[in-house]
Amino acid sequence: MLVEINNLKIGFQSRTGLHQAVKGVSMTLGTEKLGIVGESGSGKSLTARALMKLLPRQTVIEADRLAFDGIDILAASEKQMRSIRGKRAGFILQDPKYSLNPVKTIGSQVAESWHTHKGGSRRQSLEAAIMLLEQVKIRDPRKVAASYPHEVSGGMGQRVMIAMMLAPDPELLIADEPTSALDATVQAEILRLIEELVSERGMGLLLISHDLPLVSHFCDRVAVMYAGHVVEELKASELLSAQHPYTRGLLNCMPSLIHPKERLPVLTRDPEWLK
Amino acid sequence: MTIEIDNLRISFGDREVVKGVSFNVAKGASFGIVGESGSGKSTVLRAMAGLNNEWSGRIAFSGEDAPLHRPPAFFRKVQMVFQDPYGSLHPRQTIDRILSELPLVHGMNKIDDRIAKVLSAVALPISARFRYPHQLSGGQRQRVAIARALIAEPEVLLLDEPTSALDVSVQAEILNLLADLRAERNLTYVMVSHNLSVIAHLCTEVGVMIDGNMVEEVTTEDLRLGNVNHAHTRELRSLSVELEEPA
Repeated sequence: MLVEINNLKIGFQSRTGLHQAVKGVSMTLGTEKLGIVGESGSGKSLTARALMKLLPRQTVIEADRLAFDGIDILAASEKQMRSIRGKRAGFILQDPKYSLNPVKTIGSQVAESWHTHKGGSRRQSLEAAIMLLEQVKIRDPRKVAASYPHEVSGGMGQRVMIAMMLAPDPELLIADEPTSALDATVQAEILRLIEELVSERGMGLLLISHDLPLVSHFCDRVAVMYAGHVVEELKASELLSAQHPYTRGLLNCMPSLIHPKERLPVLTRDPEWLK
Repeated sequence: MTIEIDNLRISFGDREVVKGVSFNVAKGASFGIVGESGSGKSTVLRAMAGLNNEWSGRIAFSGEDAPLHRPPAFFRKVQMVFQDPYGSLHPRQTIDRILSELPLVHGMNKIDDRIAKVLSAVALPISARFRYPHQLSGGQRQRVAIARALIAEPEVLLLDEPTSALDVSVQAEILNLLADLRAERNLTYVMVSHNLSVIAHLCTEVGVMIDGNMVEEVTTEDLRLGNVNHAHTRELRSLSVELEEPA
């Protein structure tokens, strides 16, 4: 198993006490595509960040088991973590605007990521960077490599982020809302690209999103999170037969082009779901 | 209030971003504009709201041409709701202060009553009145933004992606609220979004923009059935249909 999470709890210590944000989440991931879906505040991003130990120091993390490829994350040193982050597990964030360095060319940033993990000369890494940009289907990779982040569109920026993450050939790709800042057409292109690359290279994918139907198109399994719990985990193809009222509520409250609704059904939150 | 837009052109420097857009909206109707980022849809809306003075062509409300610099009375009739409820509310002002700004500027009476009334119209608890924006959730903040527009008792609401920063469950609540308000107060809506299903839910007619041009205007009915002509409309439609159904 690439990722094992068993009874993960994440809390924040504050003046008034401990606030539990993730309350016992368990999931496993092999070389497959797993989607985590939930509303803001459900703990989906925290779960992924805990896996890379990317949480602030005052965070209290407990788990029966939290492992990446057999390595116990909770016991791992910062040095060990640095050999995992980026190299063995890539992280794609929501908005490329804030994740790329605005004063360096795109080529040099992708080259840097390749050089850090693979070594080689400047020239070699720049050539590798252009190859990577080509792999994420950028039409004129040389021109894009020479431009700065503000000169390219959001979709292009996200492709660049993906190219950087692919440089060290990671085994796991974590994508946290990779397309929420993008247009509908670009959104589909980027997700298709991620899915293709992941399948081609035999990687594991953890896709975090708030859009349930969208995720189901690009994942094998979907875990639905609500208020720090996984309330339901099911195959993407079986989404329509979801049992949990929260999952069904999320599916129903979307407006639809083909099946117009006079009024959108609104989620009625049941305190029972928290148990 | 009817709205007529005729050959609207907007440039930033040498770059023309809206290249002759025309459409009409009947009183009490709702018109949606879809398009990708950079297609000029928000720019059209901002020019209508009087937030951009560099335009040419004709923008008319109730048959009256809107001047480049709008008189104060204009903003009693036409109000706008912005995309990001996190960025559009003053972080150091209470909800009460935010909502009283417009009535004070326009010298309206009974401000206290108006605020209480408008808060209940958007289904916010009265306890929200003396909170700060950061103490409210995203959906509650968007309700405040809608309340701020409603307190002017406008006839037209211009909505710029009002739900795209929200969770789908909250989006449903806000869309229902907007539909109810329109029915109750006979408001005219112009809404901009990149989400075709959201537009189709709230609007009866849709204009599709690409690269500064409005390439097609269709009724929502035709859009649902697929009776569309332009390739871009077809592309947006098929993508929306494909992705809204679970796999």
